[in-house]
Amino acid sequence: MSLPTYATTGQRIWYYTFRVLCGLIFFFLIAPIAVVIPLSFNAQDFFTFTPEMLRLDPDGFSLKHYRDFFGNPDWQQALGNSVKIAPVATIISVSLGTLAAIGLSQPHVPARRAIMAILISPMIVPLIISAAGMYFFYSKIGLSGTYWGVVLAHAALGIPFVIITVTATLVGFDHSLTRAAANMGADPVTTFFKVQMPLILPGVISGGLFAFITSFDEVVVVIFVGSAKQQTLPWQMFTGLREQISPTILAVATILVVISIALLATVELLRRRSERLRGMSPG
Amino acid sequence: MSDASATQNGPVLAADGTPLKRSLARALRRQKMRALMLIAPLLLFILVSFILPIGDMLYRSVDNKIVQNILPRTVVALADWDSTSGELPSEAVYTALAADMKEAAAAKEHTKVGVRLNYEKPGVASAFRKAGRRAKKFDLEAGGPWKEAFLKIDKKWGDTEVWRTIQTYSPPVTAGYFLNAVDMRVGVDGAEMRPERERIYMALLKRTLWMSLLITGSCILLAYPVAWLLANLPMRSANMLMILVLLPFWTSLLVRTSAWKILLQQQGVINDLLVWVGLVPDDARLQIINNQFGTIVAMTHILLPFMILPMYSVMQTINPSYLRAAKSLGATNWTAFWRVYFPQTVPGIGAGSILVFILAIGYYITPALVGGTKGTFISNQIAFHISTSLNWGLAAALGAILLVVVLVLYWAYDKIVGIDNVKLG
Repeated sequence: MSLPTYATTGQRIWYYTFRVLCGLIFFFLIAPIAVVIPLSFNAQDFFTFTPEMLRLDPDGFSLKHYRDFFGNPDWQQALGNSVKIAPVATIISVSLGTLAAIGLSQPHVPARRAIMAILISPMIVPLIISAAGMYFFYSKIGLSGTYWGVVLAHAALGIPFVIITVTATLVGFDHSLTRAAANMGADPVTTFFKVQMPLILPGVISGGLFAFITSFDEVVVVIFVGSAKQQTLPWQMFTGLREQISPTILAVATILVVISIALLATVELLRRRSERLRGMSPG
Repeated sequence: MSDASATQNGPVLAADGTPLKRSLARALRRQKMRALMLIAPLLLFILVSFILPIGDMLYRSVDNKIVQNILPRTVVALADWDSTSGELPSEAVYTALAADMKEAAAAKEHTKVGVRLNYEKPGVASAFRKAGRRAKKFDLEAGGPWKEAFLKIDKKWGDTEVWRTIQTYSPPVTAGYFLNAVDMRVGVDGAEMRPERERIYMALLKRTLWMSLLITGSCILLAYPVAWLLANLPMRSANMLMILVLLPFWTSLLVRTSAWKILLQQQGVINDLLVWVGLVPDDARLQIINNQFGTIVAMTHILLPFMILPMYSVMQTINPSYLRAAKSLGATNWTAFWRVYFPQTVPGIGAGSILVFILAIGYYITPALVGGTKGTFISNQIAFHISTSLNWGLAAALGAILLVVVLVLYWAYDKIVGIDNVKLG
C-alpha cells in the first residue's frame, strides 16, 4: 500500500502521519523491553543510564550484575527450581493435551463445546482464583508446598495452550491419510506415530513451548501452592521487586528476554513449516 | 435380481447381516466412545487439578461449620432465644457456653471461633480470648452461676449484639461472607448496608471494572492503527513487524512489569529524560508509578498484543475493493472508513476487547508491583485476605464474585467468537 503518484497533499500528510503514529506505537511495545538490556550492563547500582553510559565510556559498563546472578545461591536455586518444574509440567500438558486434541477433532464428539470450554478455562479464570482454589484444595490433599503440587498446577495452566495450538493444526488434517494407513494394515498406534504425529508435530511443539513458557513465567500460583523450597525465578524476581529492588533483576530480565526471543523464533519457524506442510501458504 | 427384491421387502442389511441402520448407529457410538476415551484422561486431570479446587473455594465462601463445631451446646441452647427482646439469654445458654469453652480452650480452638465472629462484630475476638483463658479452670459441676462469671470476665458477654451475632452465624451455611464482600451485613432486620467508613469492596470492584475498561479502551485505540497497518502491508514486511508485536507477548510478565517499574520511577529513565529535555524541573519529578496511571500504562502495554492479534486476523479477511468501491461511488475518505471499513472490523474489536477485559480484571502481579495503594485491583484484596488477614471465607466470596463476572464474559466470548477460534500468534 505505497502512496500512489497522484495522491493529494492532504493524503500525503495523512499517510506519513499515520506511519509515524504506528511507529510510535511499535516503539511503545518494544522500548520497555529493549531498555532493560543496556541497563543490565550498568557498572553502578542504578536503574537509569549513568553519564558514563551515555558517553559510551567502557568504564560505565560491566558484567557485575550477571556475576551476581551466577554467583548468588538464592538466584541459582531459583533458576534450578524453574528448570526442574517447567519441563515436567510441559510433558504432562503436552501428552494429555495432544491426546485430547485428537479426540476433540474427531467428527462426532458428544458435548464438544462444553468439554472445550472446560479445557480452555484455566486460561480464562483469573490466576488469583486458580491460585486460591489450589492453595486450599492442595493443602487438604497434602500436595501444598510440594514439588508435585506445583508441577500439577502448572500442567493444568499450560493445557489450554496445547489444546488450542494442536486443534488448530488438526483442522487442516486430511483424515483419509489415517484411513489409508489402516487400509494398508497399520494398527492405530502405528498410524498415530508414523502418519499423524509427523504431520501435527509442529503444532505439538509450539503448544509445548507455550506450555513451557506459561510454567516458566508463572508466579501467582507458585507463590500460593509452593513453599520456599519451590521458589522459582519469577517468584524470586517478584519478591525482589517488592522488597528491596536489586539491579541483578535487570540481568535476569535480559536473560529471560533472550530466552523469549529464542522461543519466539522457534515457534515462528514451526508455524511456517506447518503451513507449508499443509499447503496453506506458498512460502 | 434376488438381492434387489430382498431389500424391497426387509430393512437394508450391512455386510454381516445386521440392519444397516443399527450397524451405522453402532459405528457412530463406537466413534463417539473412542473420541471420549481420548479426551477422558485430560478431562479427569483438569477436573481434579483445577475444577475441583475452584469448587472447593466456592464452597468455602458459604461454609460456616466452625461455630457449630466448636460451640455445639451453645448453638442448640441459643436457638430459642429471641434476639429482638432486648434481654440477655438465659442461664442455660451461659452454662452451655461454659461447657463449650472449657472443651474448646483445652483443644486451643476458642480463638478460631472468636476470630471468625470478629469479622462480623469487631471486638468479639478479645471476649473469646479472655473467656478461653479462664475456661481451663472452669468447674462445670460446682462453678456458676455462669452468667455472672462471664460478665465478670468481659462486659461484652452482657451485650445482646454479641449474642445476636453468635445466633446469626450458628447455621453451617452463611451468606455473611458474600454480604461482607458487597459491603453489607446481617442487621436486626436482615441484610443492611455497612456504615459508610467500612465500605470498601464495592468501591474496589467498581475501580477494578473502571480501570479494566480504561485499559481495554486504550488498547483499542493503540491496536487499531497497528492492526490496520499489519493487515495492509505486503506479507514480508508485515511478518517482520509482527515480530515486534509477538516479542512482548512472549516476554515474561515479570520482565515487562519490572521494565515499567524501572522506567516509571522518580529516578527512572522517563523522569530523567523529561528533566533533561526541560519539560519538568528536577525538584518536581512526576509521580507516575504506584498509582492508577502506572497500572494503566503498564497493563496497556502488557495486554496490547491480545488486542492486536484478533483485530489483525479480522482485518486480513476484509477485501480492500470494498473501500475502493465506496470511494468510486463518491464517499469521502472518512465516510468510506466509517460506513464501510469500520463495521467490518467490529467482530475483531469485540473479540479483542472481551479478551483484554477478561484478562485485565483478574490481574494481580502488575497492580501489586506498580499500583501502589490506589492502583490495586480486587485480586490484590483477595491475595491479602488469603495470606495476610487469613479471612479465607471473605477471600473466597470476593473470588466467587470475580469468577462470575469473568465467566459471564467468557460465555459471551464463546457465543460471539467461539473458543475454538482463539489464536495464539
